[in-house]
Amino acid sequence: MTQQFYVSPEQLMKDRADFARKGIARGRSVTVVQYADGILFVAENPSQALHKISEIYDRIGFAAVGRYNEFENLRIAGVRLADLRGYSYDRRDVTGRSLANAYAQTLGTIFSSGGEKPYEVELFVAELGTEPAGDQIYRLTYDGSVADVRGWGVMGGTTEPVEQWFTDHYAPDLDLGSALRLARTALGHDDAAPREVPAESLEVAVLDRTRGQLRKFKRVPDATVAELLNGA
Amino acid sequence: MLPDAFRTAGSASFSDFLTQHAPDQMPGAQVERTGALEGATHGTTIVAATFPGGVVMAGDRRATMGNVIAQRDIQKVFQTDEYSCVGIAGTAGLAVEMTRLFQVELEHYEKIEGTVLSTEGKANRLATLIRGNLGMAMQGLAVVPLFAAYDLDLGVGRIFAFDVTGNRNEERTFHSVGSGSLFARGSLKKLYRDDLSERDTVTAAVQALYDAADDDSATGGPDLARRIFPMVAVITADGFRAYPDAETAAIADQVVAARLTAPDGPSAPLI
Repeated sequence: MTQQFYVSPEQLMKDRADFARKGIARGRSVTVVQYADGILFVAENPSQALHKISEIYDRIGFAAVGRYNEFENLRIAGVRLADLRGYSYDRRDVTGRSLANAYAQTLGTIFSSGGEKPYEVELFVAELGTEPAGDQIYRLTYDGSVADVRGWGVMGGTTEPVEQWFTDHYAPDLDLGSALRLARTALGHDDAAPREVPAESLEVAVLDRTRGQLRKFKRVPDATVAELLNGA
Repeated sequence: MLPDAFRTAGSASFSDFLTQHAPDQMPGAQVERTGALEGATHGTTIVAATFPGGVVMAGDRRATMGNVIAQRDIQKVFQTDEYSCVGIAGTAGLAVEMTRLFQVELEHYEKIEGTVLSTEGKANRLATLIRGNLGMAMQGLAVVPLFAAYDLDLGVGRIFAFDVTGNRNEERTFHSVGSGSLFARGSLKKLYRDDLSERDTVTAAVQALYDAADDDSATGGPDLARRIFPMVAVITADGFRAYPDAETAAIADQVVAARLTAPDGPSAPLI
């Protein structure tokens, strides 16, 4: 009979966390910024087809870093959950908080169950309020912990220098152009030598309070991104 | 933790997901399939017509329950996505639920796939939903929607009609469904021309609904006392637009005024 080596729970969790963290740090950062009219998502993503930022529901947006197949799986689950709830009850009954909870439960269970490897993903779930004070942004990590984000948030890749840039330069109530320029410069600070992230490899989307439809999520097309970046 | 059904890869269809995960929430699922049913509300007449650059859909506002008028201001034309709408005739409860499911179906696909369905794709999905209701239809609870969309690829407005078995056929010019549809269609046949402007097409639709209400007891005419007028939707390259109530009211007032002198409406040349 083979005897399993004893591994302390602390060590087991630490190993799993290190594994997930390494996977997440490999990619580029994604950032979310509150601006005057809503919530802005910016990711460095050279692919035009494989999105890191998506619409979940009328006022709820989603951004992710890490392994594509894993966060895509969670994104689809989120869309299904939101659409099912909106269909069974009412569109107004779909909230970011319940979605964040469902994600947290799922990620947490996968992280601590021995059967599966932990998901190498981190997520933003953002819900647009009717007033700026009602905006809610949640950051979910690979182990299922949830944090509230205020003003701006960064995840994935090398986050410390990017966060530092936001801490030094962020101001509330920026217009869309300024918020986008700030996010782009911040994303460029993920290396020892700051670089300029090319406009065409930015994936940009907004939850726009001023949009006249129920669905407030909108992808910002490349041409508009270029315009906004040049509008200094 | 989210159940496995939520994390299964492969399907971009909300109704497929609903059938598997929550079949009790499919339209018509809860009804015991025995005998005929009295007291269900019925929607009546819908007309649609294309014009250069778009399509118009209009519906009267009456819902009936047997010989009783159940509602005077029911909404029967629904936006289903940015470039399409559905008008419903038949059992109102099932039709509204089916329309809601169809709306979610289109939006769900759009979000999961990151692209919109083709116009035919949308029409086919609706046909599948209608076919799913066949059991109910055989007990007299039929749902017969009319689907209109602006096709971005072709740059034209399109109309699709269905029967209760989900057979879909495309109408190039105009079409009507519901209890007053025979009269509305006859009326449109004489009024419709393929070069009408948007406003003239709306006027033709309002005329057709007036004729339907004239000869079909279940279709409601313009209600001048309560200021309730047909609900009109216009879809063009700019997307879906609910035609403003004030405009529809003005057109309806014109139509009614003209009918005071010629009760049967405008006449077409003999040859």
